[in-house]
Amino acid sequence: MTSLAFDYRRPDSVDQALALLAEADPGTKVLAGGHSLLPIMKTRLAQPGRLIDIGHLGELRGVHRLGDGGLSIGALTTYSRLLANPAITVYGLLADVLPTIGDVQVRNRGTIGGAVAHVDPAADLPACLLALDAEVVVRSARGGRTIALTSFFEGAFNSVLLPDELITEIRLPAASGDYGSAYRAQEQPASGYALAGAAVVIGRSTGGGGRFDRAAIGITGVGECPYRASAVEQEFLSSGDPAAAAHATDGVLVASDIHADREYRTALIRVQVRRALEAAIERVG
Amino acid sequence: MAIDALGASIKRREDPRFITGAGNYIDDIKLPSMVHMAILRSPYAHANIRSVDVTAARAMPGVIDVIVGADVPYNPLPMVWPAGGSAGLRNNVNSPRILATDSVKWTGEGVAAVVAETPAQAFDALAAIVVDYEPLPAVVDAEKAVAPGAPQLHENAPNNVVFEWSVGDSAGTEAAIEAAEVVVRQRLVNQRLIPNPMETRGDIGWYNPGTEEYTLWMSSQTPHIQRLLVGIFTMGIPEHKLRCIAPDVGGAFGTKIFCYADYALVLLASKRIGGRPVKWIEGRRENYQSTIHGRDHITYLEIAGKRDGEITGLRVKTLANLGGRLSTIGPGIPTTLYARVLSGCYKIPNVYAEVTGVYTNTTFVDAYRGAGRPEATYVIERAMDLFAREIGMDRAEIRRRNFIAPDAFPYDNPSGLGTASGGAKIYIDSGNYEPALDKALAMVGYDDLDARKVEARLRGKYLGLGLSTYLEVCGVAPSKWIGAVGEGWGAAMWESSNIRVHLTGKVVLTMGTSPQGQGHETTYSQVISHELGVPVDDVIVQHSDTQGTPFGYGSYGSRTSSVGSTAAIKAAGKIREKARRYAAHMLEAAPEDIEIDGANYSVRGSPDKVKTLQEIAFALDLAFDAPVGMEPYLDETAYYDPTNCTWPFGTHIAIVEIDEETGHVDLVRYVAVDDVGNKINPMIVDGQLHGGIAQGVGQALWEGAVYDDQGQLLSGSLLDYALPRAAWLPSFELDETVTPSPVNPIGVKGVGEAGAIASTAAVSNAVVDALGPLGVRHLDMPYTPQTVWRAIQTAKGGQA
Amino acid sequence: MAEHVTLVVNGQRREVDVEPRRLLVEVLREDFDLTGTHVACDTSQCGACTVHMDGQSVKSCTVLAVQADGATVTTIEGLAAGGELHPIQAAFWEKHGLQCGFCTPGMIMSAADLLARVPDPSDQQIRHAIHGNLCRCTGYHNIVAAIREAAVTMHTGSASDSGIVG
Repeated sequence: MTSLAFDYRRPDSVDQALALLAEADPGTKVLAGGHSLLPIMKTRLAQPGRLIDIGHLGELRGVHRLGDGGLSIGALTTYSRLLANPAITVYGLLADVLPTIGDVQVRNRGTIGGAVAHVDPAADLPACLLALDAEVVVRSARGGRTIALTSFFEGAFNSVLLPDELITEIRLPAASGDYGSAYRAQEQPASGYALAGAAVVIGRSTGGGGRFDRAAIGITGVGECPYRASAVEQEFLSSGDPAAAAHATDGVLVASDIHADREYRTALIRVQVRRALEAAIERVG
Repeated sequence: MAIDALGASIKRREDPRFITGAGNYIDDIKLPSMVHMAILRSPYAHANIRSVDVTAARAMPGVIDVIVGADVPYNPLPMVWPAGGSAGLRNNVNSPRILATDSVKWTGEGVAAVVAETPAQAFDALAAIVVDYEPLPAVVDAEKAVAPGAPQLHENAPNNVVFEWSVGDSAGTEAAIEAAEVVVRQRLVNQRLIPNPMETRGDIGWYNPGTEEYTLWMSSQTPHIQRLLVGIFTMGIPEHKLRCIAPDVGGAFGTKIFCYADYALVLLASKRIGGRPVKWIEGRRENYQSTIHGRDHITYLEIAGKRDGEITGLRVKTLANLGGRLSTIGPGIPTTLYARVLSGCYKIPNVYAEVTGVYTNTTFVDAYRGAGRPEATYVIERAMDLFAREIGMDRAEIRRRNFIAPDAFPYDNPSGLGTASGGAKIYIDSGNYEPALDKALAMVGYDDLDARKVEARLRGKYLGLGLSTYLEVCGVAPSKWIGAVGEGWGAAMWESSNIRVHLTGKVVLTMGTSPQGQGHETTYSQVISHELGVPVDDVIVQHSDTQGTPFGYGSYGSRTSSVGSTAAIKAAGKIREKARRYAAHMLEAAPEDIEIDGANYSVRGSPDKVKTLQEIAFALDLAFDAPVGMEPYLDETAYYDPTNCTWPFGTHIAIVEIDEETGHVDLVRYVAVDDVGNKINPMIVDGQLHGGIAQGVGQALWEGAVYDDQGQLLSGSLLDYALPRAAWLPSFELDETVTPSPVNPIGVKGVGEAGAIASTAAVSNAVVDALGPLGVRHLDMPYTPQTVWRAIQTAKGGQA
Repeated sequence: MAEHVTLVVNGQRREVDVEPRRLLVEVLREDFDLTGTHVACDTSQCGACTVHMDGQSVKSCTVLAVQADGATVTTIEGLAAGGELHPIQAAFWEKHGLQCGFCTPGMIMSAADLLARVPDPSDQQIRHAIHGNLCRCTGYHNIVAAIREAAVTMHTGSASDSGIVG
């Protein structure tokens, strides 16, 4: 199985990559690890005319602490590298999710930037990044901007990223106060993607008397793209009760396929959200 | 002498090449000037073909040739096993053409082929072929296909019926059901499976213009049969003009038994382009459309009996979906290999089964691991659980109550193989079912089951245990039976073996059987080592090349260890007898005075007067001193036609836990006690069981082909068709009972399919048992979380 | 247009001009005759094509050859040195961890990746580590046993006949 022929470019720097993107036509795709793109090219579902291979650009790799205590994750950081980085242990849900993404080989090649850029409706990591209030740092030859992930996804395989823009880093805000997080999902057994996955981050001010004042819930596998379950968040903030999970699909057109129809998927995500909330509560500290 | 290799778990002789990457599978073969073929497949499940325009494709880079249906001068593929057994039974046969000409009957039927310098170029050119289709309404479900008003696939098959076949005593079974204290009825679906050997199919065709001979390298279980089916049946080429070679085969599970269009196509292509070899390698998604599927039955069962647990009648009506056209032996699977063994290991006096073969707009269906017997086991083992539940009897107890008694053998199963016409009867020759059941129950701690269910409920789980006390028929069969009045597949079922002992004493065994991972090179060596008293390493096993091996029917149906080994043992016997006669000559004794101990041939009473097999082989090779009338060389061929099938049995037990909120099923324990008779290599036997169990578990929990109403295969790749993965399975707990088969000299039965035959029903029964407290009495597979969740919701009276 | 690619494969420097769309597995199999690395699916699910690239296991059907430019690649043919069996290969043989052999090279490469990271894995860790490798013959039972055995061997060095220990 071979993809259609394409023009291949391998820039030597991010600036060169941006220059290539500035002249890109709609048939141009950025190649990072390739684990989302290459499979659909091989089956010819995607037929890009040009690939810009950024996979070797070391400046896009690595994890480092920001001045405000947040975390900067280079777009080309693989799941494996992220998992091996001690900095992520503070984010309990990342420790939950990273070992379950794909398989070892996929985690060794798949990148965090690729996961965000691809906007697969059932990928695990974007839901977690949503719950962590991540920001996407993008650059183009015209300049750069930082986009809250909550306003980044626009639909299945679709985002606000412009054709000349490149994701260079993902930023996670610092964890503060008492907080807990968890990811719970049931996978579609063939593909390994989530049938329904729930990422939860909850928190309260240290010594704040037990009441949660933060709740962020990212959901994947359910809608046309990963989303924040704001109805659950609000309900949980007022009740503190994981039963708020009942609102997991409020306002969402729930996906239906041969593995899970709308009714089952709705029931399933409610269970996963509730379990993730319960696990996060246990971890608060 | 050395330790007897027969029955020893020696390491496999095949493995060094496989663990170092030095195996030689079909796609590893490179021939000089070889080119590559790709096949254009229909995107429609049902359509007429108005025209095919290949002009643009011919002009694509690297393209050497493009072939369409009208270019193929061959017959449609042979279909050699019609449903048979009764006079006047009609089979409405439609088998695939090498390339479709005027219509397509399933998504994936081949329409055109491109030959190009590289695989990528061939694949690129497919997109340039323009086919004008007239789409037609499609039907994919067997029950809908036979309903009034359904789309019709073939003019010669009204109502899409391939055949209407029955077996057993209709009136007697009707009477038994009428008279019964209890009758339980259930509709069962045994869903369609995609077999998925890890190596897809592939082949290389080479036409030699100088000799006008063809060579076909093929990932096949049956090179000898294919020499006939591809050669004389399809292409009109007799055996001496076609050589078939199966290199290392990366798994098959039945799929590589059959005659496929691509075999003739690569040979035709090679001829058309002047004799360059042509390679075709199937992609995985392509495999899902162009290689056979398995199972796909809809069954209505009625089981009748007394309140004390005695079963008195079993009536089954099955619709067997055979696909858009018939594969090589498609009709034989749901008839002979299914309905004739429906009563399993139970003494049921009245059995009647009706089977209707049905055309639908789907990939053709044929033998997949177990082939008919897993479907039969599923029916009877579900039926026993249903009946036990109805009368409130323990599931182990009802089985025990109805087992064929150990002193009842040979047993003439009322719907069974013994009822074949033509006077050639087959009996279940041996069995002792209760010890295997007892052992398995003890291993699993059956008496503690209720306590464990209670404990699981505390964790939000439903725990269930499922039994499958299966009976398998394999090692099929006496040729005179399989050939009787259309019951068989138009072929004999014997096996062949040739042994040559070279002057160095090294033994070359050539076999007509062909392995796909079973380890024949090891097990046959063990058998011959035992027979001739030579070290295992001194035996070389050759196979799978029609030029170098005697004709054989190939490896499938768990027949190699019983039928093939017996042929080898017979050949070894001939070698021993000739060696005895020559030893007598060398030692100046009478042949009847020669004693054979391993490889030593000595004069009775004079152990110092001895010749080894190597010394005899050496002398007989040189033949300087051969007596008058004795031919040189130790070289003997034997053919073995079995006198009966073999009948493995056992008890498998699965324990599952179900997440009540998500419906997720977790297989937590799997216990199997199998009686496969004596074992040539217990390690290999266990491995076969492990793999078979996993495949059967796969059917119960994850696997299932899904078509939409237009005939598009929605589970069209490994992204949507789930194969068992390591983390989802427990380690299996195996034990045995040993009831040697009386059919063959070493008492083996065959084990390639047993695991798959037994395990699906065990897991199914476990899941239904787990849900039993909710009132669930049956649930169709696969037990995906959604299916189980919905069953729980329905049972609880919720919205579902 | 062909791209020039330089690799170190099984310790040997290799150079090849490739069409950009060609996969690493295609170059290994077709250009370098390293046919021990197999292709068994077209959607990156099966792991039969697993090799090590710069010390990590990857599916070589999902890596373009041009992406591997400059990389060090180890295939099943290069796992053991000097004609000896690697302890994992030896354990697969000993424990009957293979039948048809088609998934075996990828499975062994995944096992090698695991044991390099986790010297003494539990059965659960082993099963998790080979999640990306499908086997249709063994039900994984003996594969797990083989990897467990290899871990012990590599720990204790008790496989005296193996080339690489510890």
